[in-house]
Amino acid sequence: MSDISTWDIFRNLLLAARWTIVLTLTAFIGGGIVGLIVLFARTSGNKALVLLTKGFIELFQGTPLLMQMFLMFFGVALFGLDVPAWLAAGLALTLWSAAFLAEIWRGCVESIPKGQWEASASLALNYMEQMRHVVLPQAVRIAIPPTVGFSVQIVKGTAVASIIGFVELTKVGTMLTNATFKPFLVYSGVALMFFLLCWPLSLWARYLEGKIHGSRSH
Amino acid sequence: MGYHFDFSDLWGYREVFFKGIWLTLFLTAVGCSLGIAVGIGGAASRQYGPKWLRVIVGAYVEAIRNTPFLVQLFFIFFGLPAMGVKLGELQAAILTMVVNLGAYSTEIIRAGLASTHKGQVEAAESLAMSGPQIFRHVILVPALRRIWPALSSQCVIVMLGSAVCSQISAEELTFAANFVASRNFRNFEVYLVSTVIYLALAIGLRYLFRVIGRYVLKMSWE
Repeated sequence: MSDISTWDIFRNLLLAARWTIVLTLTAFIGGGIVGLIVLFARTSGNKALVLLTKGFIELFQGTPLLMQMFLMFFGVALFGLDVPAWLAAGLALTLWSAAFLAEIWRGCVESIPKGQWEASASLALNYMEQMRHVVLPQAVRIAIPPTVGFSVQIVKGTAVASIIGFVELTKVGTMLTNATFKPFLVYSGVALMFFLLCWPLSLWARYLEGKIHGSRSH
Repeated sequence: MGYHFDFSDLWGYREVFFKGIWLTLFLTAVGCSLGIAVGIGGAASRQYGPKWLRVIVGAYVEAIRNTPFLVQLFFIFFGLPAMGVKLGELQAAILTMVVNLGAYSTEIIRAGLASTHKGQVEAAESLAMSGPQIFRHVILVPALRRIWPALSSQCVIVMLGSAVCSQISAEELTFAANFVASRNFRNFEVYLVSTVIYLALAIGLRYLFRVIGRYVLKMSWE
């Protein structure tokens, strides 16, 4: 049992990082799709839809991610389904990401000058066509840096999934600690792994942001 | 769905919930005030300090902002004792919140400091204001006004993040929820009620920050 070497610890953490990445990608892609739907509803001008999406965003931005996971875990089980940890974690992270991404993207859509909407409306484009051909192509350019920045939050959010039993970096860290009694080394390793996942994304987001502001000043 | 919701049993545990709410509020109050203080110090060092200090603060900010709160918490609570630093669960929770918010608020407040117009400082100097006076009245307070919305959102995030402190058995709201759920097995009801309480706390905290902005920083009430 005490034969676990430092190399074994890092090898196991590296393997565990795969699941952190898988969960991140699931949440990012799922959150992106749901977030886009929420964005369309939020900016549609339809009173009921706007109210509904406002409530959705408030609920998922104003409550702990851990509580959302608990609710998914026990909530889906109420339908008589057996809920594996990855499903509860994936669902909660997807909806949580969707709420934040929809708000980030709304800011980008609303930063497009009103004249663009009016001009496209005068060309008899309907709401979906305006979004598709006029507003979104412009909004996407501004939206990329903060979206990349938010992906860092998703990577860090996946750590919470360890609490409901999803085996990713943090959970493997806890398991390794229990086996080796080397918490300092193990959690340093876990932190390092997360850092190596997040830092490039942070730098990339900053670089993209600089590029946009650079082009604007000319 | 053959499930009958039953919230009636929760009322019997109200004392547990109130204790949990109180501790969440306590952790948030201490964590946020100390965290903002660290942020002001960090931002000032990063903006005006010597090169070596800027590098250290910069590394601290990057290290904290690119690792999860939960891992920081485990590192401080389980990892540090191996180095001879033993902390109770409340001390570890508060320390992690301060270190975490300190890094984020350093970055937020620094953006505020950086946007101070040079002419403002020159004008204050020509009025014979001292260095500390200039920093406080001309640089810091207007900077805080500009970044107050971002700073309050970050504090709300820290309050919500404190839910994971239940994992080192700090007896805050989530710990209370876990405790009650393990007693009455009404998991969904317990977590639903806790979620609603967190939502109310988040809305309340946001309002509190607006009040502070209005009466302490003399901001206009948007």
